[in-house]
Amino acid sequence: MKEIINLPVSKIDEEEYHINMGPQHPSTHGVLRLVVSLQGEIVKNLKPHCGYIHRGIEKMCEKDTYPQIIHLTDRIDYLSSHISNHAVCLLVEKALEIEIPERVQYIRTIMDELTRIQSHQLWWSSFGMDLGGLTCFFYGLRDREMILDIWEETTGSRFLQSYNCPGGVMQDIHPNFQKKVHAFLKTFKKKIKDYDRILSGNVIFENRSQGVGILSKEDAISYGVTGPSGRGSGWSCDVRKTEPYSMYSKVQFNEVLRYECDTYSRYMVRMQEMHESMNIIEQLIDNIPAGDHSAKMKAVIKLPAGEYFQQVESARGELGLYVVSDGNKTPYRMKFRTPSFSNLSVLDHISRDMKIADLVAIGASLDLVIPDIDR
Amino acid sequence: MTFNIYDFTSFNRWIDEGLNSIMSPTWALITEMAIIGIVFLLFYAVVGLFLVYAERKVCAFMQNRVGPNRVGPYGIFQTIADFIKLLMKELVYIKDSDKLLFNIAPFIVIIASFMALSAIPFAKGLHAIDFDIGILYVIAVSSLGVVGILLAGWSSNNKYSLIGAMRSGAQIVSYELSVGLSLLTIIVLSGTMQFSQIVEMQSNGWFIFKGHIPAFIAFVVFLISSTAETNRGPFDLAEAESELTAGFHTEYSGIKFAFFFLAEYMNMFLVASIAATVFLGGWMPFHVSGWAGFNTIMDYIPPLVWYFGKTAFIIWLMMLFKWTFPRLRIDQLLTLEWKYLLPINLVNILFMAFLVLMHWHF
Amino acid sequence: MNSFFKYFSDIFHGVKSLLIGMSVTGRYFFSPGQIVTQQYPENRKNLQMFERFKGEVIMLHDENNLHRCNGCGICENNCPNGSIEVIPARITGEDGKSKRIIDKHIYHLGMCTFCGLCVKNCPSNALGFGQEFEHAVFDRSKLTKVLNKTGSSIIKGVE
Ligand code: SF4
Ligand code: SF4
Repeated sequence: MKEIINLPVSKIDEEEYHINMGPQHPSTHGVLRLVVSLQGEIVKNLKPHCGYIHRGIEKMCEKDTYPQIIHLTDRIDYLSSHISNHAVCLLVEKALEIEIPERVQYIRTIMDELTRIQSHQLWWSSFGMDLGGLTCFFYGLRDREMILDIWEETTGSRFLQSYNCPGGVMQDIHPNFQKKVHAFLKTFKKKIKDYDRILSGNVIFENRSQGVGILSKEDAISYGVTGPSGRGSGWSCDVRKTEPYSMYSKVQFNEVLRYECDTYSRYMVRMQEMHESMNIIEQLIDNIPAGDHSAKMKAVIKLPAGEYFQQVESARGELGLYVVSDGNKTPYRMKFRTPSFSNLSVLDHISRDMKIADLVAIGASLDLVIPDIDR
Repeated sequence: MTFNIYDFTSFNRWIDEGLNSIMSPTWALITEMAIIGIVFLLFYAVVGLFLVYAERKVCAFMQNRVGPNRVGPYGIFQTIADFIKLLMKELVYIKDSDKLLFNIAPFIVIIASFMALSAIPFAKGLHAIDFDIGILYVIAVSSLGVVGILLAGWSSNNKYSLIGAMRSGAQIVSYELSVGLSLLTIIVLSGTMQFSQIVEMQSNGWFIFKGHIPAFIAFVVFLISSTAETNRGPFDLAEAESELTAGFHTEYSGIKFAFFFLAEYMNMFLVASIAATVFLGGWMPFHVSGWAGFNTIMDYIPPLVWYFGKTAFIIWLMMLFKWTFPRLRIDQLLTLEWKYLLPINLVNILFMAFLVLMHWHF
Repeated sequence: MNSFFKYFSDIFHGVKSLLIGMSVTGRYFFSPGQIVTQQYPENRKNLQMFERFKGEVIMLHDENNLHRCNGCGICENNCPNGSIEVIPARITGEDGKSKRIIDKHIYHLGMCTFCGLCVKNCPSNALGFGQEFEHAVFDRSKLTKVLNKTGSSIIKGVE
């Protein structure tokens, strides 16, 4: 009996208890499991367990030809499917050294920015919902619907479009496309003010987010936290600026940076990015040059043997694509560097000694998409 | 007997005398209690179901949706359908839960709100008991519900539930103070705790107008703190859906869950009717002293309409809170109470007392 | 004194921001014209999908029950999910030569990811996307469809 009592149990262990947040939990937005050690309400540490929605996309890519890979990259980060597809196309085009028509570049850039806006809209919705403001969810989805309609008209799908293809886009834009995008920009510029009125300026929201989840610039860099989350820590990591692709070198836009390093600053970066994206679209939408919607491609696309890397700025951060080709029509190895995976890795670090409620807010501010983590 | 929708006193007396004439006084009393019990049960069910429906419709309109519209015209039978569904659901028993406490917790919650209902005057002469310490009684009884929530969280053998219950304990204990003090502010003005007298005194102007600034501050404080006390958003930390899945009632299913659900809405109705009675004159029509013509026109609107109208307005306000604001964090919740509401309240009472002494109220 | 002021300005700004937020939801509450919900299935009759909407893969038939598919199998090769099976047959044509035609063009809707590659790559544009989207069935086998209609044949001159 005595031995049992004298077992060397550290003091911390006695006071800590563990809860499983997920795999089915309202605020993990999917099947992410966080094992959280708590002391009362204080998060002592947490271990993310991922893999619940692992589909082996990298392996599946090895049996697919390059045009076929597009339908898989749709499903990595389903909220920026168009951008992931863009990465594959850019990689193939770079490897084959194909000249892409201007029109395609315009269309792709506009689509990318629409993707970014709708992703941020959905993020805003779920951010509001995670903090308990359920109405935000519906406002965000309501406005996102307009983008989905634009997509549906042009690409035929609302969500997983598979619209890009190596060499161009599947179909030319619908005649209504420009008109609808203009209508959307006009409406959304009004509605985004509501976003600020209902959440950004709200005193409860400010208290919930300011000073919560401090991620210093050094940590952001060493953990590889890219995208709006990294820029919220003042790290200038926008691939659109550092390694411009498509039209990004030719349009005027600001890289949104904030230096508060907390949840609020990550929030504000995304809010301002929506304005920047609208700005980019406005510059492009009226000037789409006439031309073909696709370059001439061979029927079977074979990359020359070698290694290729392409990065793009997805709505969540830097999406890297690494392909080893042995000269066949399918890649020998395909590796995705997905932003959510790196962003998740910092969650433990920045949510220590915060409350459970803060953990939810921090998780929401990192804008994790679980299939993007698990692939 | 004359049935009069403006004054239920004679109607009550008629029932009382009728019962006394056919049975002994003890039995008459028991029968009256039974009648009141049944009437309240029905009322409770109807109001609860209606409020659930109303909340869903109201929030839908705020969110550019249409809300329930499938069951019956405008979906009015939706909550009844939901209720039937809940009745038929299996009651899940949780391994290693404290069976007794787990089972009685919903009843404690629902009984607490049920008891508080009895002191509310719905119209002239239409109340179960007219305590001379009515306000005190309501405060005391309605806060019993927290015991049920604590027990529910404790006995479910679930960490989420436990966190939720502990949060709700801290929350209700602190906000009880503000609720009490803001009502006390009005008691300073009225000089009585009896609901019927409080209402009578507002015949020449509601207290929120009579006591102007301090009464208005007290009203706002009461609204905030009573929203917190009923565990509704933005103070729904005990449930905190995005953090604790469902908080203290995570493990409840079927009809026991329905009890918690109903009790939440009844508590909302309860605090709304207290606010309506104490600050907005309860069933008393809108009177402006001096305007005799206007006052008589107002008198033609039945008191029940006034009462339910005011209550509905306050319930709508509370729904507006819930569907607009994000949730507070537990420490911010306590900061709000102890650093803001309580000091304001205390100063406000002094202010009101000063006002009453100087006869600066109307 | 400074903190005293801050206390009250905090309260003031807090209350103001809350009221602004309430004005948004309140305004929407009183403007039912802004409701965006679509009343499906009531609006089924006049629900018009976009012309490019990818509901399902179909084989385009004209009014004479003629299609353009010659059974080359390119769509089958292009499909990343193996949701198309082309079963060709051989017949003897009028000129006496043996000729390949489509016997069954089998399409597994349940495996299709609507990538559009089959439609895009078909050399004779025999395929297209249908607008039908109510695909729920009780039996999975019902999702396997034969795209060329019974009795249909290939348009002359397409081969
Ligand atoms: S549908 Fe087109 S690609 Fe497929 S077998 Fe027929 S002709 Fe060939
Ligand atoms: S749309 Fe894509 S997945 Fe579907 S049948 Fe055609 S090629 Fe296959």
